[in-house]
Amino acid sequence: MKEYQTITEISGPLVFAEVDEPVGYDEIVEIETDDGRTLRGQVLESSEGLVSIQVFEGTGGIDRNASVRFLGETMKMPVTEDLLGRVLDGSGQPIDGGPEIVPESREDIVGEAINPFSREYPEEFIQTGVSGIDGMNTLVRGQKLPIFSGSGLPHNDLALQIARQATVPEEEEGDDEDGSEFAVIFGAMGITQEEANEFMDDFERTGALERSVVFMNLADDPAVERTVTPRLALTTAEYLAFEKDYHVLVILTDITNYCEALREIGAAREEVPGRRGYPGYMYTDLAQLYERAGRIEGKEGSVTQIPILTMPGDDDTHPIPDLTGYITEGQIVMDRDLNSQGIEPPINVLPSLSRLMDDGIGEGLTRGDHADVSDQMYAAYAEGEDLRDLVNIVGREALSELDNKYLDFADRFETEFVEQGYDTNRSIDDTIELGWDLLSDLPKEALNRIDEDLIEEHYREDTEEAEAVQAN
Amino acid sequence: MSQAEDIETVDEDGVIESVSGPVVTAADLDARMNDVVYVGDEGLMGEVIEIEGNLTTIQVYEETSGVGPGEPVENTGEPLSVDLGPGVLDAIYDGVQRPLDVLEEKMGTAFLDRGVDAPGIDFETEWEFTPTVDEGDTVGSGDIVGEVPETESITHKVMVPPDYEGGEVTSVESGEFTVDEVVVELDSGEEITMHQEWPVRQARPADTKETPTVPLVSGQRILDGLFPIAKGGTAAIPGPFGSGKTVTQHQLAKWADADIVVYVGCGERGNEMTEVIEDFPELEDPKTGKPLMSRTCLIANTSNMPVAARESCIYTGITIAEYFRDMGYDVALMADSTSRWAEAMREISSRLEEMPGEEGYPAYLAASLSEFYERAGKFQNINGTEGSVTAIGAVSPPGGDFSEPVTQNTLRIVKTFWALDADLAERRHFPSINWNESYSLYRQQLDPWFRENVEEDWPEVRQWAVDVLDEEDELQEIVQLVGKDALPEDQQLTLEVARYLREAWLQQNAFHDVDTYCEPKKTYRMLLAIKTFNDEAFDALEAGVPVEEIQDVDATPRLNRMNTSDEWNEFIDELESDLEEQIRSLY
Repeated sequence: MKEYQTITEISGPLVFAEVDEPVGYDEIVEIETDDGRTLRGQVLESSEGLVSIQVFEGTGGIDRNASVRFLGETMKMPVTEDLLGRVLDGSGQPIDGGPEIVPESREDIVGEAINPFSREYPEEFIQTGVSGIDGMNTLVRGQKLPIFSGSGLPHNDLALQIARQATVPEEEEGDDEDGSEFAVIFGAMGITQEEANEFMDDFERTGALERSVVFMNLADDPAVERTVTPRLALTTAEYLAFEKDYHVLVILTDITNYCEALREIGAAREEVPGRRGYPGYMYTDLAQLYERAGRIEGKEGSVTQIPILTMPGDDDTHPIPDLTGYITEGQIVMDRDLNSQGIEPPINVLPSLSRLMDDGIGEGLTRGDHADVSDQMYAAYAEGEDLRDLVNIVGREALSELDNKYLDFADRFETEFVEQGYDTNRSIDDTIELGWDLLSDLPKEALNRIDEDLIEEHYREDTEEAEAVQAN
Repeated sequence: MSQAEDIETVDEDGVIESVSGPVVTAADLDARMNDVVYVGDEGLMGEVIEIEGNLTTIQVYEETSGVGPGEPVENTGEPLSVDLGPGVLDAIYDGVQRPLDVLEEKMGTAFLDRGVDAPGIDFETEWEFTPTVDEGDTVGSGDIVGEVPETESITHKVMVPPDYEGGEVTSVESGEFTVDEVVVELDSGEEITMHQEWPVRQARPADTKETPTVPLVSGQRILDGLFPIAKGGTAAIPGPFGSGKTVTQHQLAKWADADIVVYVGCGERGNEMTEVIEDFPELEDPKTGKPLMSRTCLIANTSNMPVAARESCIYTGITIAEYFRDMGYDVALMADSTSRWAEAMREISSRLEEMPGEEGYPAYLAASLSEFYERAGKFQNINGTEGSVTAIGAVSPPGGDFSEPVTQNTLRIVKTFWALDADLAERRHFPSINWNESYSLYRQQLDPWFRENVEEDWPEVRQWAVDVLDEEDELQEIVQLVGKDALPEDQQLTLEVARYLREAWLQQNAFHDVDTYCEPKKTYRMLLAIKTFNDEAFDALEAGVPVEEIQDVDATPRLNRMNTSDEWNEFIDELESDLEEQIRSLY
């Protein structure tokens, strides 16, 4: 290990140092300052005689006399099953006062791409107990399904609800015997202490912490560290899933902070910026995080990801949600209007989507009528939503009877189907039956997306009318 | 990537000077532009993209973590090439034609390791070669000299490589051979094997490019019916995320009546590629009943695989497509998505610190895109056969904004434009192709084919549908203001007809067993049934029947069930006569 005192330039999170021996790209660096602190960093660019280093903890306190040590290896995450139940900081050091971590293995945090040939297509339904998700945008094992939210919206409550309730039907949660436990990896990037407390309290209250690993990079922690935190979390997730057969749910929050950190580094390196100042390689970079979800043929475990991002200005064309949407398998969109109406969770199902839903539902997985019911509810809700604009102009009286029914449907859909509160856990059966309740307010002929046999089987005839007929 | 021949020209090795992500600079390397090099102690594959004085810039197709200055760089002296020969079909490659199944085996893990190379085709397998020439025949470059049954549905034609001169055949073999055994010898001293290599960035030569007149029938009603593409044509599918680009591409790859399908997954999702890999072998070609995979070559470079390999995967795909075109086949190439390819160019370009053009894309973006699409077309091949390459590129415009550089530069070249619409997707109208924005410039040159092969009045009926949809578009603006009931009755009826066009005809369920593929005759027949309803309804309206009564006729909801009907001929005949009868009984 070579040590240098050759720093030539310090700029933002970057340090430039002269070296006389070659240094590998991405290698880990330790910088020792005058006051005895040791800071860690990573090689961003390595050329003959000069390297640029990105310092995770920020460059405060570094001067030209600080000594620079190259560890000769890329960043590794010490992993072990004992990590479950532990709380670590954003660069992987324990902060819960627990014992030191004795790793079973040390894994490269960059992670290698899964060979598409070796993947197994995800098609196992995860029941989250949230109708807006289970019924309309079903999550499956191995999927990456982000929550697109905005500042001030209750995305954390939803994420916690999912973490608490997610199960795969016909398999007992936390079933230790078959080695198929459900573990939660929580990667926090730049969230406030208060938000962090909210998560921790809930984890402790529900006992979820036992089967969780928490990585905390808080808002006042160095921004550059945020680029490492999700990689540590995912490396741990991959280890638990593919070495230890766990089904892992990874919650990453907030991706927006992660991207800000990328931009900060890009700016410090004087790179040519892409859209809105974010680096041109942000798509690739995000893909390297999100694509680490999935299933592998011949392995028991799986990695399911729920990244949370707050859309700046609620704008889904902003580069962060935009690039995310192109990589992930759908999105759950939180809606400000629904939130102000008090709908919990305020999921707007129209722009939401789960790309893997079609293969994860149906006979034997959820129910045979699931796809048709969900399709029909989408169409009916979209129709009702359209009519709301019109009602504002012409009033309800000017609309046909059918149109009025669509309007009522849209209202009930929001206040009964989507609305359920954060503590209600609905089974998939309840969700679909509720869907039939709502759809039965529409005339049979309007249900053009549902198979006729299914309508016969499930459509609720108007009971009063039926009784009236009987009475006659 | 090709490993067939040992490196004969041992070039001078270079030394790494600097590393920044996928871009590596080497000193003292004796190399030409676009030569393939092996970088570092691990021998990572790369390509020369810039030469300046003693410094050579290389884009590396693999992760470069841990690679440092001082490590060696070895030049192969060859440009990036693909291996062509039997074994290309039914294969799954990464962006530089390494077979993914072989990589899995060699690496022994599900994760893509570094520094492992594998040839594009298997050099051990023996193939049954049947010559089509005799001793004494004269063959020129590109000529077919024999055949190999490559898969169930495709006969592979063995050709004289285009860069050979040709001559008189002096010896011919017949029987089982591996791909690098000589099967035909010429008096010019040239030896022909079943294997040839071709540099990916160079188009394979052809005689002439012709105007395409035959449609690529896709079994998708909105495409065949309204916006057809020709065999040898070009098309772009732009759309925001979630609008169904990939599903549309998959549908085309599954059902298009091409002989060969090359599917390039360029920077897309891993799970999606897995779906293709798992689904295709199980699906049947509707024409031949053979597994779809036996006519398909998959190239999968997912978004988290190295960015430089993403840049090259489009070229790998089109070169393979051209090779089959040379055999006289109709090839369809799907590229999903060209935006990721453009972004890969941008990423490399910015690492090279090139002066950026619009939105940071390199100034040569337009040139690269047109170069790619120009390799498509219907060709008279140099061996006299006719073949075509149809190129269909998905575009992923940021924020769904079609004014961005990749969409705009693509639109300047392609002749078919299938605009996907987030609004339609949100209400689950699939395929969410917007009928007002999309266009096909092939319509007219394909009309004679449709008249002859489907129905004499196809273009007229189609025009009727287009007119109704146009009218609906205009009426919708008024409806937004005053409501539907404020419109005159005939316009209300037009809206009703347009609704059936949208819901019963344009919508198509890719996940329904029957509906997923709709033959042109059925497409026509369904349209005609809606037109029957239209004609009957307007007659009734003229006779004074109120529009509500016409709408409430019992038979009309059955229009929505035509798509899923197996026995569609009977179903539609019956439906039409019921419609006629029931509507006429109103007056």
